[in-house]
Amino acid sequence: MKRLKSIGAFWYDFVVGDDWRVAVVVVAALALTALLVHAAGVNAWWLLPLCVFAALAWSLRRAASGS
Amino acid sequence: MTALPLILTVFVACAVEAVEALTIVLASGLTREWRSTFQGMAAALVVLAAIVAVLGPTITLLPLTALRLVVGALLAIFGLQWLRKAILRATGYKALHDEASAYLREVTAAKEAAVSSQRGVADWYAFTLSFKGVLLEGLEVVFIVITFGANQRNMGAAVVGAAAAVVVVAVTGIVVRAPLARVPENAMKFAVGVMLTSFGTFWGAEGAGITWPGHDAALLVLVPVVALTTLGYTAVLRRTANAQPVLATNPSQEVTRL
Repeated sequence: MKRLKSIGAFWYDFVVGDDWRVAVVVVAALALTALLVHAAGVNAWWLLPLCVFAALAWSLRRAASGS
Repeated sequence: MTALPLILTVFVACAVEAVEALTIVLASGLTREWRSTFQGMAAALVVLAAIVAVLGPTITLLPLTALRLVVGALLAIFGLQWLRKAILRATGYKALHDEASAYLREVTAAKEAAVSSQRGVADWYAFTLSFKGVLLEGLEVVFIVITFGANQRNMGAAVVGAAAAVVVVAVTGIVVRAPLARVPENAMKFAVGVMLTSFGTFWGAEGAGITWPGHDAALLVLVPVVALTTLGYTAVLRRTANAQPVLATNPSQEVTRL
């Protein structure tokens, strides 16, 4: 069990890293993009880059303010 | 798209990780024993090659749209991690990775550990130190090789980029016989972060169903936009850091300026 936990922690740290919010924003942005394309017929190519820049800015701001 | 951006991205990413692995291998070899160190390094390289050999062809069997969605998301998250770290280091909010002090830490620990032989290896500590160092640093490279290679349907080019970086760093390490402290690791991490984030965004959005204006040519705009935006963030953060008094200076803390 302890070994499984440490393997899980390693992969979490490897993929998600220091700020899980960044991963959440990227996944949510992709889901919203897919929804806009397939349900509303909007070619929302601009959405993911905007969310990526916003996520990075948010994460940096949090790190800089120590929160 | 040609194979050149693929090879260059994998080469730089692999070079950064190889420099860090070299520090551990040198610390182990010079303070303990070379034969066990090389055995550990070789075992790790075999494991890494096996992961690429098994996962590489398997992942390319996935439909391209699903592959781009999943891999794009992973690459974007992974790339943003690299960028975040590189920007925080460049602006003083996180301590820079220092190969010379990392080497000294490893040497001190290696000198204190007892010698014991196990499973045909003369110095088990040297073997495991070298094995773990190369394997852990190599996993990030394997991730990049597999994701880039699979998405471009060109695993060979990705492997060539990675192998070239390992050879260049290893030969330089043999010639210098010291950790490569002068390598601009943070600038390289920044460049790799830009490429991973750009390709991840490009492939992820394509996987979600969008069509990029200009198709593949959109990458020629996306990469510079990501680079300029992150340089802009670095400049803003640096100005903020300079404008505020330094309250904490412990390099082990992520935030050294508040």
